[in-house]
Amino acid sequence: MLPSVTHPIGDFVRENVPNVLGYLPDFIQPYIPSAEIATLINIIICMVAIAVVGIAPVPVLIYMERKVCAHIQCRLGPMRLGPHGVLQLVADIAKLLFKEVYAPKGADKFLFYLAPIFVLTAPFLNLCVIPFDKNLQVADLSVAIPFILAMNGFGILSTLLGGWASNNKYSLISSLRSGAQIISYEISFAMILLLVVMLAGSASLGEITASQSGHFWDWWIFKAPVLGLLAFIMFLVSSTAELNRAPFDIAEAEQELTGGFHTEYNGMAFAMFYLAEYINLFTTSCIATVCFLGGYHAPTIGILAIDNILNFVPGIVWFLGKTFFVVWIYMMFRWTFVRPRVDQLMALEWKFLLPVNLLLLIFGVVFLAFGWILP
Amino acid sequence: MSKNILLPGFREPPVDEDFEEFYINMGPQHPSTHGALRLVVRLDGEKIIEVVPHLGYIHRGMEKQAEKLNYIQYIMMSDRQDYLTAIQNNLGVCLALEKGAGIGVPERAEYIRVILAELSRIASHLVFYACFGGDLGGQTVLLYGFKEREMIHDIFEEVTGSRLTTNFFRPGGSNKDIPDTFVPRVKALLKHLEGALSDYDRLLTKNIAAMDRSVGVGVLSKEDAIAYGCSGPVLRASGVSYDVRKNDPYSIYSSLDFNVPVFYNGDCYDRYLIRFQEMYESIKIIKQCIDKIPNGPYRSKEKPIFKLPNGSFYAATETAKGLYGTYVVSTGGNSPYRIHTRSPSFGNLAALNTMAKGQRLSDLVTILATIDPVIPEIDR
Amino acid sequence: MSTEKIKTKEYIKRYLKRCVSGPYSLLCGLSVTLRYFFNPKRIVTEQYPENKKTLKMHNRFRGHVVMVEDENGENLCTACGMCERACPNASINVLATKNIAGKKVLGKYLYHFGSCTQCGLCVEACPFGAIEMGQGFEFADFSPEAFEKVLNKKEGRG
Repeated sequence: MLPSVTHPIGDFVRENVPNVLGYLPDFIQPYIPSAEIATLINIIICMVAIAVVGIAPVPVLIYMERKVCAHIQCRLGPMRLGPHGVLQLVADIAKLLFKEVYAPKGADKFLFYLAPIFVLTAPFLNLCVIPFDKNLQVADLSVAIPFILAMNGFGILSTLLGGWASNNKYSLISSLRSGAQIISYEISFAMILLLVVMLAGSASLGEITASQSGHFWDWWIFKAPVLGLLAFIMFLVSSTAELNRAPFDIAEAEQELTGGFHTEYNGMAFAMFYLAEYINLFTTSCIATVCFLGGYHAPTIGILAIDNILNFVPGIVWFLGKTFFVVWIYMMFRWTFVRPRVDQLMALEWKFLLPVNLLLLIFGVVFLAFGWILP
Repeated sequence: MSKNILLPGFREPPVDEDFEEFYINMGPQHPSTHGALRLVVRLDGEKIIEVVPHLGYIHRGMEKQAEKLNYIQYIMMSDRQDYLTAIQNNLGVCLALEKGAGIGVPERAEYIRVILAELSRIASHLVFYACFGGDLGGQTVLLYGFKEREMIHDIFEEVTGSRLTTNFFRPGGSNKDIPDTFVPRVKALLKHLEGALSDYDRLLTKNIAAMDRSVGVGVLSKEDAIAYGCSGPVLRASGVSYDVRKNDPYSIYSSLDFNVPVFYNGDCYDRYLIRFQEMYESIKIIKQCIDKIPNGPYRSKEKPIFKLPNGSFYAATETAKGLYGTYVVSTGGNSPYRIHTRSPSFGNLAALNTMAKGQRLSDLVTILATIDPVIPEIDR
Repeated sequence: MSTEKIKTKEYIKRYLKRCVSGPYSLLCGLSVTLRYFFNPKRIVTEQYPENKKTLKMHNRFRGHVVMVEDENGENLCTACGMCERACPNASINVLATKNIAGKKVLGKYLYHFGSCTQCGLCVEACPFGAIEMGQGFEFADFSPEAFEKVLNKKEGRG
């Protein structure tokens, strides 16, 4: 069953489009499918909104990544363009825009250009199901978690295509590596999300968020004592691998494979991969926020005066604040740890993460059965 | 894969449909070949069957050029060999020249030499630490190592006038005396270094991912290490306790108290540990010397034109990479008949194939980082 | 990647040990980067073009070769050619000329900066202290002619 859009804007469009169309001459009235037009307008609004929501955090994320890594490494990072280098990204994009997108000799041109188009599809679709605020959600799918897993599986396709079509042996090794990696890590990623689904009793992200309303100890990271925290850490580890981010970036592995699947890409085609990487980072952080950190709920602490102030702040601010905190954790991971070898990464998944996640899942059942969830 | 891509040094691949081996050309433009080194790697999947290093991309004919230069000018050339330990190369050349000319070195100059050489060893090992971490994928480690190295180079700049190509030592002492600020600066640096090194130790040494990547990887047996002519940390990690500073002491090393760390597994992790401990040993050496620098001349009196008598002279030093030997053949003039350099990286790199055989492609990067080759020294 | 056969009990022991020591080692590393992250004093970046005014090279810094001149622009060079002989790269040509008295003096001191390695051997060789290593370091130029310099402004006094 497809859920209906519940946002006030959607309702407004649905109510008013027939009225506006009613001003048209009478003789064409019977031929105008006003309900369909209203839906179409709603779809277009959603698409634009998702594009904006998807693209808008990327400059922030890239700027943040540069500054965080610079400060870890005792550097200042970009400082030239604009105050503290905030316009650096504009210059980078301008550079990438003016570069010729060039396919190497012997490349499978069709697949080569298809890959950067595919790569952006999955992260944008993922954004559709995320509740940024109480009414700020494109579709509250009842199967949101399986949908996210499916879309992540789709994201790997572009990596495989790009690596295969590049006619570069490094890219080929890289795409094979990333295929193996993502297929393995998807399992533990799914396992952890399954745990949350089990605890919350629903696979809809809206309902998962609703199950965490109340004080900050009602978030799933605290609500299931210890278990939630462990699950959150496991989520961070397996999603880092899902994201193909350092330290688990064996597919990119600059030191070994000179950039891996995007070695041969340049200009905007490369920018697409770059963009997708950061939208994926943002989406995954959003999922972590929804599943473990209470989504858009304010961290109320039980004292009424403070709670009123905290609740006064809009939910999206809390949501983005938590999301960027998760992003910051990812960045600390990236700039601290070294990369495991490909077989060690597989061993980590199959010998450590998967058994531990299964255990967590079993403990989740035990917690539910014995009612060890905080009220 | 067309056949014409086969390169000298490779066997013909067996004609077998199931045997899917292929070649990868690593370098000369590659992020982790540490310079213009080209490795042709024969792979079966990700498993390495054979690695053949191709040298000569920055061959400058230094040994031939030296025949046109006089001895003092050749010291400048030695800067350009192992640019990470330029000052130790200067020392190596000067020792050979002093041996030939029979010049003594004032005590003050000996102390200056030892302090600068050990500082340069720390700088070189910091670059190793940085590149090792960087090649494992830890970009932060890369920056940390270079940060402290810059501080050492600041001291070099103050003393010698140049950060990298120092050209400082001369037969019979050094080019200039040390400035007054040298001793307090070195002391401050040592204090800072000890804190920084303990941080870096915490960051990488026990890191489980780094250990997994390096323990048991690229094992070089004692016999192979000797057979390939490895020296320095690569040799000592394989269980051979050979350090020129101890076994054939030059300068004032015989009067100093320091240990030569030896490890016995011969894998990448041991090569990493050995360099880390050598940094601590170097700090120990500098600490012994820095308060005892005697007054007096920094250079012995000599004739304006430096000449060597007829004959051939050889002197070896222990640079950060290993045994750096200079062999000078003189016919009595002020320029050499022939100079040959025994560069440590060449011997160490020769063992690459033995180390890398049967390992993964990712391990090749680790192994290459722990050999710590400097290509201008190999190509000369 | 050891192929040695170990007992199940030993294997589990090692596995559990790794489960504890592994995350602990990672946390150790994280503590270092966190400390660096929250400590802006450790930043070592030099804002180069901005700090040009305060940037001072060390006295011994070897930039390019410059001629020591007094306030009248007179140099100390006697055109003996020691520096020319000391130079390993033939970056220096000392062109001598004869002054009115018929004495050999410096005519032109040609300095090919493009081939100079700034080793400082010429300065060491000069018996009169007529040349020294300058403090400059911004020499990039678009034309190779910019690197062919004549160092002396006036003829030498001999």
